[in-house]
Amino acid sequence: MSKAFTPTAARPGVITANDLREGHNVWMCEDGWTPDPARATIFEDEAIAELALLRAIAQADQVVGPYLVEARRGPNGPEPVHFREAFRQRGPSNYFHGIQAKDSAHV
Amino acid sequence: MFDVRPVETDYVRHRAAQFRAQVERRLNGSLTEEEFRPLRLMNGVYLQLHAYMLRVAIPYGTISPDQMRTLAHLAETYDKGYGHWTTRQNIQFNWPRLVDIPDMLDALAEVGMHAIQTSGNTIRNVTTDAFAGAAADEVADPRPYAELLRSWSTDHAEFQFLPRKFKIAISGGKKDRAVIAAHDIGLRLVERDGRTGFEVWIGGGLGRTPLLGQVVRDFLPEEDLLPYVEAIIATYNLSGRRDNKYKARIKITVLERGLDTMRAEIEEEFKARRRDFHGADREALAIFKDRFRAPSFRDAPVDGYETARAANPAFRSWTDTNLHPHRVDGYASVVVTFKAPGQTPGDATADQMRLLADLAERYGHHDLRVTHDQNVALPHVHKSDLPALYDALKAAGLATANAGLTSDIIACPGMDYCALATARSIPVAKAIADHFRTEGLEEEIGNLNIRISGCINACGHHHLGHIGILGLDRAGVENYQITLGGDAYDIPAIGERTGAGFPAEEVVPALDRLLRAYLELRQDASERFIDAYRRLGPAPFKAALYPAQVDV
Repeated sequence: MSKAFTPTAARPGVITANDLREGHNVWMCEDGWTPDPARATIFEDEAIAELALLRAIAQADQVVGPYLVEARRGPNGPEPVHFREAFRQRGPSNYFHGIQAKDSAHV
Repeated sequence: MFDVRPVETDYVRHRAAQFRAQVERRLNGSLTEEEFRPLRLMNGVYLQLHAYMLRVAIPYGTISPDQMRTLAHLAETYDKGYGHWTTRQNIQFNWPRLVDIPDMLDALAEVGMHAIQTSGNTIRNVTTDAFAGAAADEVADPRPYAELLRSWSTDHAEFQFLPRKFKIAISGGKKDRAVIAAHDIGLRLVERDGRTGFEVWIGGGLGRTPLLGQVVRDFLPEEDLLPYVEAIIATYNLSGRRDNKYKARIKITVLERGLDTMRAEIEEEFKARRRDFHGADREALAIFKDRFRAPSFRDAPVDGYETARAANPAFRSWTDTNLHPHRVDGYASVVVTFKAPGQTPGDATADQMRLLADLAERYGHHDLRVTHDQNVALPHVHKSDLPALYDALKAAGLATANAGLTSDIIACPGMDYCALATARSIPVAKAIADHFRTEGLEEEIGNLNIRISGCINACGHHHLGHIGILGLDRAGVENYQITLGGDAYDIPAIGERTGAGFPAEEVVPALDRLLRAYLELRQDASERFIDAYRRLGPAPFKAALYPAQVDV
């Protein structure tokens, strides 16, 4: 994972972070932050993405550690490129917990 | 039995209240994340891949039934029903919400527990032999000394901002079961001319620069323990590097400055510090020795045990692998492994924790230990109680006869949970365990320590595995390097890297080739994998791992 990722049209990206109060993963979307990665806003322009990241950093009352990371456009929204991000979007592989368990107590 | 410390319970309650206020200030914006982060880390709170993680201290792995029930309550109320035993004999909860952690710390404080100094650049949980006070080969019980170090190091004003984290282990047996050579300070209890003291090691550690410790003092009288340890850490506190976190552990300080230079400085510091200790430490040690007095052992026949062994092959197999010799006739120490088929190594459910608490009260003199290899031990069980204990464990899926065998794998949480990980550990550990059980080779292979880390920080102690596995990210794909010949116990050794790493799906076939080769190469069934490796060297084992290269 590289926190210094810069999106372009060829290599788009999303902004992701952890929810401050609950800790779960969230993605920046049009109306704030969402635990659904498919709703994440896709950035293809470096300047726009950097401004959005600054806005995310300013929302320290909601999220922790926002960063830009590569994503590809998929039929249902952005999809992860690196396996680390895939795990963040799915949850651990040893239990059906995290985002994959929509009805879990904390997500 | 381990007593809750009433005076310190007030202290941990106070610290829990402090942390509650810090969380409130973070949530209302009075503290930035940068300001809050060191405060949460001082209370064992990390932010991991999917959620916050709370690491709770279990001093030297010793825990009472009531404390274990509190952990079960936390797992059920604030987590997803389980916790994870760590290699520092602690427990981690992987799913707490930040807003709930103050309540968790309050619940812990009620039973004298806390999460203080389970993170940060401080003196971490002092670890020791899980069979302390019970082992047949024990020179002296290490727990009073571990407690002395714990009480001295907790909130020690001088050592709250060390160059890097600092880990101490104490071994009380003739055989080292505390891995002292891989610690910043390792203490081995020894007797000389009728006096109890310590062989003192410094400069061991794993991570990206694995180094075995060296003996800095071959005999330290027990009454000098605190001033000498304080002298070591004070010397390191001033001379350890703070310019590069990867070179900040004492192992690098010793490497760069030389053992003799360090020893001379430590001895000089020791002379000065010793004058400041006026005997309170020795009085405390006497109190702690009394606190850890032996339970009232029973003198009863063990006929039922022998009868059950003869009648029940599964029970006999379990007693062959999961018992450790006790110093009192008629007793044994029991290892309850958390490595059942399909299980995540080291994960315990709330129900399992409660069962262990009940069984410790019924059969184990109210004593439980978390082992550094992510299992739980009942140190004192009369052999006549073993059949009933086994039946109760078996009914709960906790009677797997695999302590010290292939499937008794140490594995860090890896990229399933850890924000630092570069690859997953848990699925690899489960696949290896399942494979060798399915193939029916585990019993034939015998003693084998496999250890898996999901990154170079080596929380899974892969360097010390007879077979070590290190998960890395190679161009966006999980890849696993294999090391051979490491040993944590008999002859401390750092494993040697064998060659190119393996994709995840090739790890099990590679280990299958390796261990089948071992079975062919060994002299007889008593020659363990590590013994055969030492006798033959790496060549035949590398040939098994990389057959294509040999063909070329």
